[in-house]
Amino acid sequence: MTGYLMQRLLLMIPTLIGITLIGFFIMRLAPGDPAELRAAGGLGAAAGAGISVEKRGAVDEAMAQWRAQFGLDKPLHVQYLVWLKNLATLNFGESFKDSQSVWGKIAERLPVTIKLNLWSILVVYLVAIPLGIYSATHPNSFSDQVTTLAAFILFAVPLVWAATMALVFICGGDFYYLFPPGGLESLDYSESWPLWQKFKDHAWHLFLPVVLLSYDGLAGMSRYMRSSMLEVLGQDYVQVARAKGLPEKVVILKHVLRNSLIPQVTILASILPGLIGGSVIIETIFSIPGLGQLGFESVLARDYPTVLALFTASAVLTLIGILISDLLLAAVDPRIVFGRRQQ
Amino acid sequence: MSALQLSPAAVEEMALAEPSASEGLWDDVWKRFKRNPIALTGFYAVCFLAFMALFADFLANDKPYYLQYGGKTYFPIFRSYLVGAKLGQWPAELLNVDYKKLEGATAIFPPIPYRPSNINLLEPLEPPSAKHWFGTDKLGRDVMAGMIHGSRISLSIGFVAVGIAVVIGVVLGAIAGYFGSWVDLVISRLFEVMLSIPTFFLLITVAALLPPSIFLTMAIIGMTGWVGIARFTRNEFLRIRNQDYVTSAIALGVTDRKVMFKHILPNALAPVIVSVVLGIAGAILVESSLSFLGIGVPAELVTWGSILHEASTTTFAWWLAVFPGFAIFITVLAYYLVGEGLREVLDPRLRGLR
Repeated sequence: MTGYLMQRLLLMIPTLIGITLIGFFIMRLAPGDPAELRAAGGLGAAAGAGISVEKRGAVDEAMAQWRAQFGLDKPLHVQYLVWLKNLATLNFGESFKDSQSVWGKIAERLPVTIKLNLWSILVVYLVAIPLGIYSATHPNSFSDQVTTLAAFILFAVPLVWAATMALVFICGGDFYYLFPPGGLESLDYSESWPLWQKFKDHAWHLFLPVVLLSYDGLAGMSRYMRSSMLEVLGQDYVQVARAKGLPEKVVILKHVLRNSLIPQVTILASILPGLIGGSVIIETIFSIPGLGQLGFESVLARDYPTVLALFTASAVLTLIGILISDLLLAAVDPRIVFGRRQQ
Repeated sequence: MSALQLSPAAVEEMALAEPSASEGLWDDVWKRFKRNPIALTGFYAVCFLAFMALFADFLANDKPYYLQYGGKTYFPIFRSYLVGAKLGQWPAELLNVDYKKLEGATAIFPPIPYRPSNINLLEPLEPPSAKHWFGTDKLGRDVMAGMIHGSRISLSIGFVAVGIAVVIGVVLGAIAGYFGSWVDLVISRLFEVMLSIPTFFLLITVAALLPPSIFLTMAIIGMTGWVGIARFTRNEFLRIRNQDYVTSAIALGVTDRKVMFKHILPNALAPVIVSVVLGIAGAILVESSLSFLGIGVPAELVTWGSILHEASTTTFAWWLAVFPGFAIFITVLAYYLVGEGLREVLDPRLRGLR
């Protein structure tokens, strides 16, 4: 196992290089010059669209200066190597937008996103696994059909629709005001509130985002759980276990559950990027100051250093998630042999 | 033993029965698929949506099917296809006219007599009424017309994107799972890169950086969406390649390609098919999220996602939120139901459970 772990850690190096290459070159090869955009933003604020020739010259000069400051005038591969070198020392550079340190911007918003996603993952697993087990052990019963249908319906509800409906109907849009339409705490929030009131305020604000972020992972996970349980239940060894007189509880929880958790283990790794994507939508809609919102704003502003940093950071996090899930996979399924094909 | 001894006539009968039993795999699939009423409902919904997308021009159009004007008879919708194909021209008296205001004309209009591009600034944000079944948006465009024509964009993006994803995913997954060793190692690095990239974030980035276009959107959704299919295929191949029947096929000297695609793939198909059908729905979801965020598809095109976006920025227009979102929901649900129905039919290990 240790040897395998070392091998995997070494193999992460080419993967990391692949990730940074894809991220870096997609962002640099795309049309749209950040200097141009920055200049346009400044001009828009100062004088509007119409601009005289003399002023244009001054702007060009400022743009050239700015490009030199951020190293944008060097060839692409040099830019890449410089960025990679900085990355190795965890220096993500400065934002194009406001010249703040990218690391600082991320650190400021990280806790919000982590809080949101941890709650969502917790909700997903705590609800989905028992639901899947129940569904599979009572196949085609009335309650199985109801949960199956409910999961399907939930899974098919588009996140953007659910969020918009929530905004329109229960967040003080046109009808009821049950939940806040955005933010993480009330306007009059103060540190001097009693603990219970603080908690209540946070819960009130977090409730909708967490529900919206977790419902589709929950539905999908319970589906996968059910189908992999059913698949295992159909195998001979389960019949053997039953035939030799094991109590049904032991058959299900000990013999079937372990084998049917295998697909869930692969999903564990893939749930992370999905949550990051969901965070972009939810944080943008509910104006929650997390990484998703930062990412979307930075993309629109062509703030390359910030976008690249977020991209790389979430990729590395997911990479670690995959490693853990593969190790778990080997632990729960001895049939899966890593390495050479057995001839 | 005696029970297994068959008369020559019975053997002959079985030999004769064999081809008809094996020729109809898809007949068989359809026969058993039909027995599941929920999946069948999903299938009909998929057909209905395809019909709506195909005949959008005949369901929502500002041109009439049939027009009698100035003593002549016209079929303007059909004619618009001829003009589009450069096979005909508009007669001078019908060039850029508003058909609803032609005097002394008899015309039969489609059920929704608007196109999504018909801007009417006199009727902004009208609630649903007999005139505009699903209301109008800020620019006075009919929401129902926009939704009918929007189904074309959603469905075509779903199909093309998943087509791209399936080809890449199945081939790479099969190669990695079958050959193992260093091939698997290299391809798995690629999976790992694609899998650890935050796909939706990458999509947003690429879609926001490139000029808005339907075809680019299809391509990037497809090129980022194959990893799930590939992983499932690889895992199935990994599992199956050590089974006895594969070993014996290899021992018999069957070529690698044949073993992979003829012997292993059919058994690996069940989880792949689920992810393919989910993939179509997923691509439709992604497209709607992208147009909700205002990127990907050109802004002048009305899509389900773009109407939803308007709903989230407009107060007191609930119809903008309810109907297009419901359309996405029904479409996605229909594909899920079909996928699930197919899985239960195609997976031999589940046979007899139902």
